Amino acid sequence: MRNYNLNHLQQLEAEAIFVLRETAAQFERPGLLFSGGKDSIIMAYLASKAFAPAKIPFPFVHVDTGHNFPETIEFRDKFVKEYGVDLVVGLVQDSIDRGTAAEETGLNASRNALQSVTLLETIDRENFDACLGGGRRDEEKARAKERFFSHRDSFGQWNPKNQRPEIWNLFNGGKGQGENFRIFPLSNWTEMDVWQYAKTEGIELPSLYFAHERNVIERNGMLLAITDFVSPHEKEEVRKEKVRFRTIGDATCTGAVISDAANLEEVVAEVSASRVTERGSRADDKRSEAAMEDRKKQGYF
Amino acid sequence: MDKDYIEMDMLRFTTAGSVDDGKSTLIGRLFHDTKSIFEDQLEAIEQSSKKRGDENINLALLTDGLRAEREQGITIDVAYRYFATPKRKFIIADTPGHIQYTRNMVTGASTANLALILVDARNGVVEQTRRHSFIADLLGIKHIAVCINKMDLVGYEEEVYEKVLRQFSDFASRLENISEVTFIPLSALKGDNIVERSENMPWYKGAPLLYHLENVYIGSDANHVDSRFPVQWVIRPHSDKHHDFRGFAGRVAGGVFKRGDEITALPSGFTSRISKIMLGEEEMEEAFFPQSVTIQLEDKIDISRGDMLVKPNNQPKSSQDLDARICWFSNSKKLTHGGKYLIKHTTKTAQAMISEITYKVDVNSLRKNEQDKEFNMNDIGRIKFRTSEPIFYDTYRRNRNTGSFILIDPFTHQTLAAGMLR
Ligand SMILES: Nc1nc2c(ncn2[C@@H]2O[C@H](COP(=O)(O)OP(=O)(O)O)[C@@H](O)[C@H]2O)c(=O)[nH]1
Ligand SMILES: [Mg+2]
Repeated sequence: MRNYNLNHLQQLEAEAIFVLRETAAQFERPGLLFSGGKDSIIMAYLASKAFAPAKIPFPFVHVDTGHNFPETIEFRDKFVKEYGVDLVVGLVQDSIDRGTAAEETGLNASRNALQSVTLLETIDRENFDACLGGGRRDEEKARAKERFFSHRDSFGQWNPKNQRPEIWNLFNGGKGQGENFRIFPLSNWTEMDVWQYAKTEGIELPSLYFAHERNVIERNGMLLAITDFVSPHEKEEVRKEKVRFRTIGDATCTGAVISDAANLEEVVAEVSASRVTERGSRADDKRSEAAMEDRKKQGYF
Repeated sequence: MDKDYIEMDMLRFTTAGSVDDGKSTLIGRLFHDTKSIFEDQLEAIEQSSKKRGDENINLALLTDGLRAEREQGITIDVAYRYFATPKRKFIIADTPGHIQYTRNMVTGASTANLALILVDARNGVVEQTRRHSFIADLLGIKHIAVCINKMDLVGYEEEVYEKVLRQFSDFASRLENISEVTFIPLSALKGDNIVERSENMPWYKGAPLLYHLENVYIGSDANHVDSRFPVQWVIRPHSDKHHDFRGFAGRVAGGVFKRGDEITALPSGFTSRISKIMLGEEEMEEAFFPQSVTIQLEDKIDISRGDMLVKPNNQPKSSQDLDARICWFSNSKKLTHGGKYLIKHTTKTAQAMISEITYKVDVNSLRKNEQDKEFNMNDIGRIKFRTSEPIFYDTYRRNRNTGSFILIDPFTHQTLAAGMLR
């Protein structure tokens, strides 16, 4: 008999498409969290596969800290246009202006944590009953326990001790008034899988992911790019380096890595040899041992 | 490198054992020895170990992620972990060993190809070992690797290994689904028989654990005979370009579908032929488990979510009266005779009413108990129930995808039970 085998990327793809379709079928108004980062781009690409030749049946949602690399926004807008989907933007600045979020102060101030507030407000405003996120379980230890269908109470909170058991692929999206779901189609993907898949499928990614020259400073053991939002403090020395980013988040806390990898092929080779996780380049996770767990409980992605 | 990567397949396994048998240490060890721990993770673990006053770096901290777990030093929920070798990508469902968390083991086992069951060499087969093997078997896992851990504490004696082998084989004969049991003596702490064959146990002729995980053959475990396609979603683009397009989106739950195949749609019973099979924009000749595809038919027939496409000459069972083994998950709701729940089976949701609570199983003795019929959290047993509409199914033994279901509380929406149809 013929050997009916899929390689692991094909299996992950099939699983993610299944989850995306379950989301469309089980919820009234899902949104797809789109940051312009590679995971959300892969998720959006999979969504286009899942529903072709129809359009992706949910709007994209961008929770915007205002501290973006200009390349990200440019890419986002181009992408949204190409796929013909609606874009909903939630501005952290609006939450700050409304007084529902307060800007951090101090040397390491970041708007990262404030995203949770804006996300919950956006969910409320738009009546989303589910938000698709590109989170992967290999990213961080609190995420390792996340479900595909992650239930949030009416305060948007995650309760890791009382998660719904998730058996086989029978996802239970049932919910009460005001409750909603975060859904993670890429749960079982690793950073390596994402890069490999992008390469195999020829998926276009923002230029920030590939080696380019940039002015950086070293802060808290990370290389931070000089942007409108990050300027050198006294004693910090600005230097020009050939860098790329492994994740793209808020420009104030996303570290660059020194790299020569200029295309997907070279990135894949570099990642497979890398000895540091991609989260290792993010200041937000370094704050405390349970930083991610705390943020997730409060409604973070 | 690249070519290897594309030829990699995937193995999902679950870990089980009593508390302190060394599950977390073993997973940490597999990561460490396959170089899957990154420097920043190692650094973080080192710091945590120091803070806790551990003597050595505690590899268990890698999997024990949540704060409560680190504080209590126990694993309290299923954690999923990933590592890869050039041969395979591995997904580990690390499940806790406490009695009160049986449902987590059921969860982890439900999608696993293999169960890795730890035995402390000093204690041999204990009640928990029987319970975990029983659950693995119940959930249809075909491969078990019994890891006899902490061999360093018993002088790497062959006798100890032989004893566990005898004890286990004694009750393994009562397990129904498992087709392969492998015994591996090892030390998670010292790294014996993990990646390399241990020099401390020259009497052991088998392969080390990683070799076994990389090579265990799972290709014939899935059902490629009975073609089943539960419809998940109907694609209708409503655009000028694709005006008449109607595609049935879903994931093949068994067997193979080819272009040109004759199909029957259930429950309507209408037949048609497959005109196209698509994945995104790409057309394909055939689709098989577990592919997610879109199927187009030659004729316009009314099909919606919850329906199933099958082959006319190989149809699933169809009934409103069902018989199943279940594991009860809820700690607040009890299973009651006459109780009404929602059932989710493939992509279909219907109502179910319990018509008989047949028996409970004592998972330690594997005996049936027909007197005590009160199901509490983690109880396993057999029930009969009636559904509001016919369910199209195969027995769980024949097909995990079309033989499994969950029961949902219609009021709280909690998942109450996992079930396996007979
Ligand atoms: N001597 C010895 N100790 C071990 C071995 N494996 C685990 N341990 C120890 O047993 C204890 C429990 O291990 P842990 O991995 O947390 O067990 P878990 O509860 O099954 O996850 C820890 O103190 C480990 O260091 C082994 O192979 N040999
Ligand atoms: Mg443990």
